[in-house]
Amino acid sequence: MTTGNLLLTGVTKSYGSRRVLDDISFGVTPGRLTGFVGGNGAGKTTTMRIVLGLLNSDGGTVELDGRQLTSADRRHFGYMPEERGLYPKMKVLEQIVYLARLHGFSKPDATSRATALLTELGLEERLGDTIESLSLGNQQRAQIAAALVHDPEVLILDEPFSGLDPLAVDVVASVLQSSAAQGASILFSSHQLDVVERLCDDLVILAGGTIRASGSRDALRAEHAGSRYELVSAGDAGWLRSEPGVTVVDFEGGYALFDADGADTAQRVLRTAVERGDVASFAPKHPSLAQIFKEVIQ
Amino acid sequence: MSTPTKTGSPSQAPLIWLVAEREIGSKLRSKAFLISTGVLLLIALAGIVIGGFASKNTGSDAMPVAVTSQTASAVSALPNVKATEVADQAAAEELVRSEKVDAAVLPGDNPAGYTVIALKDAPSSLVSALSQAPDVQILEPATTNPLLRYFIAIAFGIVFMGAAATFGGTIAQSVVEEKQTRVVEILLSAIPARTLLAGKVIGNTILAMGQILALAAIATVGLIVTGQNAVLSTLGAPIIWFAVFFLFGFILLAAMFAAAASMVSRQEDIGSTTTPITMLIMAPYVLVIVFNDNPLVLTIMSYVPFSAPVGMPMRLFVGEAQWWEPLLSLVILLASCVAAIVIGAKIYENSLLRMGTRVKLGEALRG
Repeated sequence: MTTGNLLLTGVTKSYGSRRVLDDISFGVTPGRLTGFVGGNGAGKTTTMRIVLGLLNSDGGTVELDGRQLTSADRRHFGYMPEERGLYPKMKVLEQIVYLARLHGFSKPDATSRATALLTELGLEERLGDTIESLSLGNQQRAQIAAALVHDPEVLILDEPFSGLDPLAVDVVASVLQSSAAQGASILFSSHQLDVVERLCDDLVILAGGTIRASGSRDALRAEHAGSRYELVSAGDAGWLRSEPGVTVVDFEGGYALFDADGADTAQRVLRTAVERGDVASFAPKHPSLAQIFKEVIQ
Repeated sequence: MSTPTKTGSPSQAPLIWLVAEREIGSKLRSKAFLISTGVLLLIALAGIVIGGFASKNTGSDAMPVAVTSQTASAVSALPNVKATEVADQAAAEELVRSEKVDAAVLPGDNPAGYTVIALKDAPSSLVSALSQAPDVQILEPATTNPLLRYFIAIAFGIVFMGAAATFGGTIAQSVVEEKQTRVVEILLSAIPARTLLAGKVIGNTILAMGQILALAAIATVGLIVTGQNAVLSTLGAPIIWFAVFFLFGFILLAAMFAAAASMVSRQEDIGSTTTPITMLIMAPYVLVIVFNDNPLVLTIMSYVPFSAPVGMPMRLFVGEAQWWEPLLSLVILLASCVAAIVIGAKIYENSLLRMGTRVKLGEALRG
């Protein structure tokens, strides 16, 4: 019984003399959404295609639950390619049923699963329409259904949110979250860092073919938190400017954003602030994913 | 995450069939395909019916013939003749001249007892019907009627080229469509490339064979209905052989078309790799029309895998082939078929995921 622990170790890939992936190692854990971010040409799609067996790596291993990944394992993977594609002239339901059957489901099972999933994705009115007659956003939903219909234990989604309006992003996000809640391991790439930040549990940041950072989102944010703090107090916070070891970044009345040269300094600032008046909030300021991203890819 | 309906590594047969089913379904839903098939069958039927009338010379309508009271009984007993009784020779000649009748049969003092009057040409069917032919025994029967032979050559050539080009083109387009829309990436994450290829080849072969069998059925029924049983008895076996040869010939071509198409990424580029194969399927058509009376060319054609489906039935029809020849040719065809599938599958597997510019043949073979 597989549980879906996907592990890449030292994966490399070159096209001619150009090395596009260099020693890529990271894991994707069941029940968690792993965000895969990186600039254009960073190697995200190449990595995903290697995991799916669509491309051979030059070195390194891809394992599922500690065993070398086989094509039989990959039948239980779901995949949404970067460049979308379904048969343009096939009807939505028929197409998803067909894909489910290719993954080994019987026709009645495939039909009921496809219908339920397409309904969840908001396409219940369009089941009998051809793919080419759908709007781009709806084609995208059908594409996600294609990746999910066979209840995959590992889901690899290349830019699942691109081209979706905010409402559709929410629909897709909730479908992915419920899939993760049922135990699927999900790896998805995205350029929309705010969506990744909101959705993912784990994060892998790729740049120039190498992993720049990976781990749980919260750990990464804490790691890159540095020593920036936010203080909201009742009185004027102007006194901070003369505190030793403190660099004020932003300041307005009782609000101040500052860098401290250490945890001690921060604690001292808090004590001083409490002495000077009521403190509404004092907290280390976690950087946004966009900030971390910029920082690590440099 | 697994459910009881999922199987670990299922046998490929149901998957191949699933792919084949989709190929057939999507083609049968195309109005253009249904209409063109309908037109093709109608043309075939029309050809046979017209050919039937032409071969009977007189057509099936009764020939109007003027008779006098003395000849009326003899003529009205003949089949396909509509006798019109007139008073005398002058009245009969008048009817012939005004073309109200095709001929007139009058009493004559020759041994036969009749004189036949016609406007320009002797009405041969009438004359032979009236004469009592002696028994004829032919020691060395002449070869087949050259005109019939020519039409049969065209028919085999055109049916082979038409069906092979139509369904070869279909499989090529279907391969490129999957590549161009990238649905192939999803398909290959579910099933092996060879399974996909096998399904496509089988699906299109079934479609092509369906069309061939429909044509054969129409031809048979048409020949029977128009009373051309003699043609049918000589054409029956060649038609069956044609169907058998076409089956394997098409599998060979389909594997080649699929492999060639997998090397390009856009519909616009299909021609750049499939043109040589299209030439291959046009060659038998051209050759059989030009050389249908040249035994050497026909013999060569009947053994070359690409032209055997046309060449061998043609030789069987004219009675030049020995009984073992179609079997030997079939063995050669089967061997080429296996080779094409092995090489084609390799090219297909290696090219399917390469997008962008055309994959070079050497790279496709090496992988």
